[in-house]
Amino acid sequence: MTTHDLVILGSGPAGMAAAATAVAHGITAVVVDEQPAPGGQIYRSIESTPLKERRILGDDYWHGKELVDGLDDPRIDYRPGTTLWQLTRQLEVGLLQGEKASMVRARHVILAHGAMERPFPIPGWTLPGVMTAGSGQILLKSVGLVPSAPVVLAGCGPLLLLLAVQYLRAGIPIAALLDTTPAGQYRDALPLLPSALRNVRTLLKGVGLLAELRRAGVRHVRNVTALEAEGENRLKRVRWQCGNDPEWHCLTTPLLLLHQGVVPNTQVTRALDCAHDWDERQLAWQPRTDAWLATDVEGVAVAGDAGGIVGARASAMQGRLAGLGAAIALGRVSEDETREEVKRLRRDLAREAAIRPFLDVLYRPAAHWRLPEDDTLVCRCEEVTAGEIRRMAEQGCRGPNQTKSFTRCGMGPCQGRMCGLTVSELLADANGQSVAETGYYRLRPPFKPITLGQLATAAEDASE
Amino acid sequence: MFKRLSLPDAPAQKTVIVYFDGRQVTAKDGDTIAAALLSAGVEVCRTTPVSGSPRGPYCMMGVCFECLVEVDNIPNVQGCQVLVKEGMQIRSQNGARRLG
Ligand SMILES: Cc1cc2nc3c(=O)[nH]c(=O)nc-3n(C[C@H](O)[C@@H](O)[C@H](O)COP(=O)(O)OP(=O)(O)OC[C@H]3O[C@@H](n4cnc5c(N)ncnc54)[C@H](O)[C@@H]3O)c2cc1C
Ligand code: FES
Repeated sequence: MTTHDLVILGSGPAGMAAAATAVAHGITAVVVDEQPAPGGQIYRSIESTPLKERRILGDDYWHGKELVDGLDDPRIDYRPGTTLWQLTRQLEVGLLQGEKASMVRARHVILAHGAMERPFPIPGWTLPGVMTAGSGQILLKSVGLVPSAPVVLAGCGPLLLLLAVQYLRAGIPIAALLDTTPAGQYRDALPLLPSALRNVRTLLKGVGLLAELRRAGVRHVRNVTALEAEGENRLKRVRWQCGNDPEWHCLTTPLLLLHQGVVPNTQVTRALDCAHDWDERQLAWQPRTDAWLATDVEGVAVAGDAGGIVGARASAMQGRLAGLGAAIALGRVSEDETREEVKRLRRDLAREAAIRPFLDVLYRPAAHWRLPEDDTLVCRCEEVTAGEIRRMAEQGCRGPNQTKSFTRCGMGPCQGRMCGLTVSELLADANGQSVAETGYYRLRPPFKPITLGQLATAAEDASE
Repeated sequence: MFKRLSLPDAPAQKTVIVYFDGRQVTAKDGDTIAAALLSAGVEVCRTTPVSGSPRGPYCMMGVCFECLVEVDNIPNVQGCQVLVKEGMQIRSQNGARRLG
């Protein structure tokens, strides 16, 4: 089995910055990403997007060019189209590239695999025609695919507003933006505004997005408190209620894009059995890390949104920090020599992150968006409803691993990625215990589908 | 539900022909399988093993597994993560096998 000094998972801002930093200290880094091209979520397809008119995707998107160009360094072994399907505590790394599975060993690993959108379980969310805002943005950036009829966007958070504006700039009509931000949260977030002003760039950007939507006359429905997707075999209509008003409003549309924020994708860190904590402000699990972003597993660090949502710029800064950590761990530089640089990085990080508490409070999804009614599916794969999970709690299930063995909830192809947060929160709520006490699914590799034939070739690598 | 933006300044993309359940689909070089199917108006790429309900791509980023299809006889391929190739035979997965 080949041994590499450093394996980095993900070629988003965090992974690319980590690689550039490592290379600057003479480390050859292997960077793997399942996407066919670099950039991660924010800079997806930056080299190949058909949307060359810079105005549409905006400056923050094109900002990624420098980082992406950095991957061309011959000392970086960048492997696109390569999926990590296994990672052990001994730092054995299982990779799958096309049909070819392999195993390599790493001396140090930086996990920079990013975030995913928070599950948004509403009635009808499994109907074809209901997708996520992230998926809409991915189709836009990567291949210029856009809704063919006026689209309904629903939920909350900066990414939803950003997509709305990107669609507008591309000339795509928006039937309505159904905003689920609870009315009271503008007031709740206000006290956090002064510290958020330390990152005035991001704050102004958000304000600018709202203004752009208003100027364009987009139908922006606020304080939406109930939302349903309807149709037989595919989406036909979206229904919603506002505030305490019992009246239902309705729009016919072939496409509904949902979004209520992003959360760390903890699939890999869970399977590695890293310690995780429940972050009550971000309503999400985070792998536990130290000041160098190292996890409790020797030689493994987590950088970027995979470790807790910090945003793209801070993700790159964390990537640099983790890259320096790797250089120190591999003996290429002493902690002393990096002191000044680290001090600067931490200061920049603190300034960049100053906006997070404000955003987290403003766009915190209300309880009923996270704890759906009994009839709503929470596990898309095995089709388990919220009611079934609550019944399991009544019968004594305390944690998600128990409901999993009774209902198969979380056992389908997505391995709980789509239901895990909801199930933990539902059980915590039903049992009157904290989410931290309730816990999360125990996960095992492979993280991604792999055939027996592929496994056999990887096993040969491992035995060499 | 999706169409391609017409962009005057976009570089011309090569056409790639693939097949979905035997039907010819015209895709563009650089499309993922899921993007190609969506652009061709295919909304359902699998049915669930529990109730047989229809599903289509949901996240496009590799986390929901709703886009699972069979590609050139290999089952459980994530359509949103794999690029189209000329002549690819894509099949919908009905009552898809479990992954294990
Ligand atoms: C769909 C989506 C769209 C977003 N769009 C924006 C945006 O337009 N603007 C913005 O400011 N923020 C956006 N974000 C927020 C995003 O989290 C950014 O803050 C930023 O991209 C985070 O950088 P990162 O380096 O931590 O991770 P990412 O940029 O997410 O990069 C992680 C990379 O790891 C790869 N990866 C993950 N798991 C594996 C695996 N098992 N094997 C191989 N590769 C793997 C992924 O393919 C990805 O390229 C988006 C988030 C999502 C989920
Ligand atoms: S559409 Fe979600 S995994 Fe492919």
